[in-house]
Amino acid sequence: MAGDTTQLTMHGTAGPPLTARSTELRGFQEVQRLAYECAEAVAAQLRAGVTEREAARMQREWLRERGVRDWFHMPFAWFGDRTAFVNFKIPLQFFPTNRQLEPGMPFILDMAPVYKGYAADIGYSGSLGLNPVQDRLMSDLRPHRELILEQVRERRPLREIYENVERLMTRQGYTNRHRAYPFGVIAHKMDRVKERRWSPTAFGFGTQSLKGLASDALHGHREGWSPLWSPYHFSDHPPQPGLWAVEPHLGFRGTGAKFEEILVVTDSRDPEESAFWLDDDLPHVRRWAEENAA
Amino acid sequence: MSGMNGAGLAGSRERRVRTGGVDLCVVELGETGRPTVVLVHGYPDSKEVWSEVAARLATRFHVVLYDVRGHGHSSAPVPLRGGFTLEKLTDDFLAVADAVSPDRPVHLVGHDWGSVQGWEFATVARTEGRIASFTSMSGPSLDHFGHWVKERMARPTPRRAAQLLNQFRKSWYVYMLHTPVLPELAWRGPLGKRWPGMLERVEKVPAGDYPTASLSSDAAHGAWLYRDNVRPRMRRPRADAYAHVPVQLIVPTGDVFLSERLYDGLERWAPDLVRRTLPAQHWVPRTRPDQVTAWIAEFVTATEEPATRAPERKAPGKHADRFGGQLVLVTGAASGIGRATAFAFAEAGARVVCVDRDGEGAARTADMARLVGAPEAWGECVDVSDEQAMEKLAERTATEYGIVDVLVNNAGIGLSGPFLETTSEDWKKVLDVNLWGVIHGCRIFGKQMAERGQGGHIVNTASAAAYLPSKTLPAYSTSKAAVLMLSECLRAELASKSIGVSAICPGIVNTNITATSRFTGVDAAEEKRRQERSSRLYGLRNFPPEKVADAILLAVVQNQAVVPVTPESKGALWMSRFAPRTLRRIAKLEPRL
Repeated sequence: MAGDTTQLTMHGTAGPPLTARSTELRGFQEVQRLAYECAEAVAAQLRAGVTEREAARMQREWLRERGVRDWFHMPFAWFGDRTAFVNFKIPLQFFPTNRQLEPGMPFILDMAPVYKGYAADIGYSGSLGLNPVQDRLMSDLRPHRELILEQVRERRPLREIYENVERLMTRQGYTNRHRAYPFGVIAHKMDRVKERRWSPTAFGFGTQSLKGLASDALHGHREGWSPLWSPYHFSDHPPQPGLWAVEPHLGFRGTGAKFEEILVVTDSRDPEESAFWLDDDLPHVRRWAEENAA
Repeated sequence: MSGMNGAGLAGSRERRVRTGGVDLCVVELGETGRPTVVLVHGYPDSKEVWSEVAARLATRFHVVLYDVRGHGHSSAPVPLRGGFTLEKLTDDFLAVADAVSPDRPVHLVGHDWGSVQGWEFATVARTEGRIASFTSMSGPSLDHFGHWVKERMARPTPRRAAQLLNQFRKSWYVYMLHTPVLPELAWRGPLGKRWPGMLERVEKVPAGDYPTASLSSDAAHGAWLYRDNVRPRMRRPRADAYAHVPVQLIVPTGDVFLSERLYDGLERWAPDLVRRTLPAQHWVPRTRPDQVTAWIAEFVTATEEPATRAPERKAPGKHADRFGGQLVLVTGAASGIGRATAFAFAEAGARVVCVDRDGEGAARTADMARLVGAPEAWGECVDVSDEQAMEKLAERTATEYGIVDVLVNNAGIGLSGPFLETTSEDWKKVLDVNLWGVIHGCRIFGKQMAERGQGGHIVNTASAAAYLPSKTLPAYSTSKAAVLMLSECLRAELASKSIGVSAICPGIVNTNITATSRFTGVDAAEEKRRQERSSRLYGLRNFPPEKVADAILLAVVQNQAVVPVTPESKGALWMSRFAPRTLRRIAKLEPRL
C-alpha cells in the first residue's frame, strides 16, 4: 500500500526526523519542478493548429524522455473555452480532443507525473499570443493562493475554506470551475507511489496512485477525514497533514485559468511550519513577483 | 441658397452638378477636409430625409447630400422612360463624388432606393477606388435579390417557399408601381396629400418639415426607378455583384416592405460585412437618427483608421449586431444576475453603466466589462431606493454618456419569514429597494427615453415568487408581484413610444442574494445558519446567473413581456395559470431550512 511507504508524518503525532522529511520533500519538489519545466517547454512549442491531443502527447513524450514511467494522471490539455469547462457534463470531456489552438486562445496544461516514486500534479495556464482576459485571471489567482495558505494555517475546516475561496471568486466576478472536477474538488491528497515495472493506467489515472488514494479514502473514512477537498460534508474537517495538490480554477465567460501545486500540511504547532507551499519558485509565483516589481 | 432647403439642412452650401443631361442639386455640410460621407435618399423621398442624420454627422465629417435625378431640386431626365437606369444613376453618383471629393474616396450611405443604388455603386468595377465604405439601410441589391429569388424558386423547400411568399406579399407596392399612369395620378392626387399623415400614423415618423413640398412630383418621377430597373435585374441578375468595399448593413426588424431573410447569406456577396439590427420600421433616418448616426460614424472611423477596428472584432458575443455601441444601464451590477447581465451586454459590444450601492463591486464589474468587449464602461455607486441619488445619476448619465438605450432594473434584496413576524421596518426596506428602486428607474430613465423619442427597452427583474404564493416569502413575493404588474402596465403605456418593457422571473439562481437575505422572527445565529443553508441549497441547484443574463438579452431582442427562466419558474408560471389551487396547497407547506 502506498500509505505504508510514505515517511511523511501522516496520522500519528510523532513525525519522522526533520532530515528524513526534508529529503522526502526534496523528492516531491524535484518532480514538481520537472513537471513545470515540461509545461513551459511544451507551452513554448505550441503553435496555431496544434490540437489538444498533440499537446498532451508532447507533454507525455517530454516527461518519458526524462525518466517518468508512471502517472498520477496522464497529461491533459484544454484549449479555448474548454479551459473554463464550458458545457462539461461528463468526466470523459476532460480528455484531450482534436480542438486546434488559434492565436489569442487560452490553454491549460495539466499533468501529474510520478518520478522516482514521487508524484506531482501541476496546472499551467497560458495563451497563444496575448489574452488580456486570461492575464487578468492569472493575476487574480494570487489572493487565492494567499487565502488558502492562511486559512489552512488557521486550521479551519476544509469545507469552510472551500466556500471562502468560492466567495472570493464570486466577489471577483468569476465562477468556480474546480467544481467541474470529479467530486468538485479544489485539492486532493498526494503521496509517494511504489515503483513497479508495469504501471498501467485506467481512465487516464495511474492504478498505483489510485490505489494510494483509495486507501487514504478508507483510512479517512474510518477517522473522519477525506483525501478529497470538496464542498461536501465529508470535507468538514480540519486540514489533514500530508501533501495536498491544490488547484483553484477560475472561469470567466469562456476563459479559464488555474494553477496547481503541492501544499504541505504538517501537525506542527508553529503556524509557519504547520502549512507551507512546497516550492515558491514556480512560473505563476514568479509572474506575480514581476507584476509587483513593474 | 441654403434657404431653399428644409430646416435641418440649415447652414449647408449648395451647388449644382450637371451630368448626363440632368442638373443635380448637391448640398454640403461640415468641414471639407474631413472624410466625406455621401448620403443617398430613397423613394418617395428627397435629400431632406437625411436632415436629422446629416446635422449630427456634420460635426465630425464632410457631409454631402444630393437629390437623385427627378427628385427634389434636381431636374428630371427627358424622356422619363429609360432615364432612371442604374447605369445612369451610377454616372450621377460619380459626377457628385468627383465634384465634392476629387482626391479621396467617399463613404457612401444609402436608405431604401438610395441603398439599392448604393449596392450598384459598391459592386460595379468603374467605381473602384472612389468609394471607401458603404452603409446600407432597407434597400437590397437588385442583383442579390434576383439571385435570392432564383435560388428559392429552383429549390422551394417549405421554409424557402415561405420566405418567398412572405417577401412577395411585402412587395405589393412594387407591382402597383409597374402599372402605367395610375401611380402618378394617385401621387399627384389624394395619396400625395395623405402621405405625410400616413407616415406619422403607421410608420411613426415624427411630424415636421419632412416630407417636403416636392413629394408628389418626387413620387411620380421615382416610379420610373422601379420600371426601369426591377424587371431587367430580376430576370437577369448580374453574376459578379460582389462588393469591393467594406459594407455595414443596418436592418430594421419592423420593416413592412423588406423581409430580414433577404440578407441571409449576404457574406457571399460582401465579404467584409458588419451587421446591425434595429427594432424600428422602414424610415430609420427619421425615427432613429441617433443610432443611425452613431453606427455610420463608427463604421466610417473604423474604415478610415483600421487600427481602431480591432475593438469591433473584440465583441464577438451573441446579439452584437443589436447592441453594438448602445448604452445599457444595469442596477445591482456588483454581483449575481446584474453583474452577469452587464458582462453579457459588454460582450455584445454595448457601453455599460454598472450601478450598485457596493461601489467597489460596481467598479470591478465595469473594469471586467471593458475586458470582455465593452467599448466603454463605468461603475456608479448609487442606492436605487434613494430617489434623489437616482435623479442625479440620470442627469449625469445623460450629460456624460448619453440617453440610455436599455435599462435593466435588477437591484433587489431578499426577505424571508412569516408575515406576522415581519416588522414594518422590514417591509419598508424590502419595498424600498425591490419596488421603489424599480419605480424610480422606470420613471426617471423611462422619461428620458420617451422624451428622446427614439425607442428603447426596460427590463425589470421580478421573480418566480411574483406568482408563487408561499408562507416563507410574503414581503419579497409582494414586492416582486408589484414589479411584474408594473412592468405589464408600463409595457402597454410605452408601446406607442417604441419602448419595450420586459419582466424577468429567474427562479432559483445561484447568486449571493441568499447570503444577504434577511430572515425575520429568528435570532442572529439562526439567521446566519439559514443564510448559509439556503446558500448551500441554491449552490446545489447551481443555476448560473449567466443563463439569466442570456435570457435578458433575448427578451430585449424579441421584446418579450414576461420571461420565466429556470424550469421551476416556467413550471410555476404554468401552474399559476392552469392549477392555481395546487399552488395554494403547496404554499401551506412549511419548508425546512
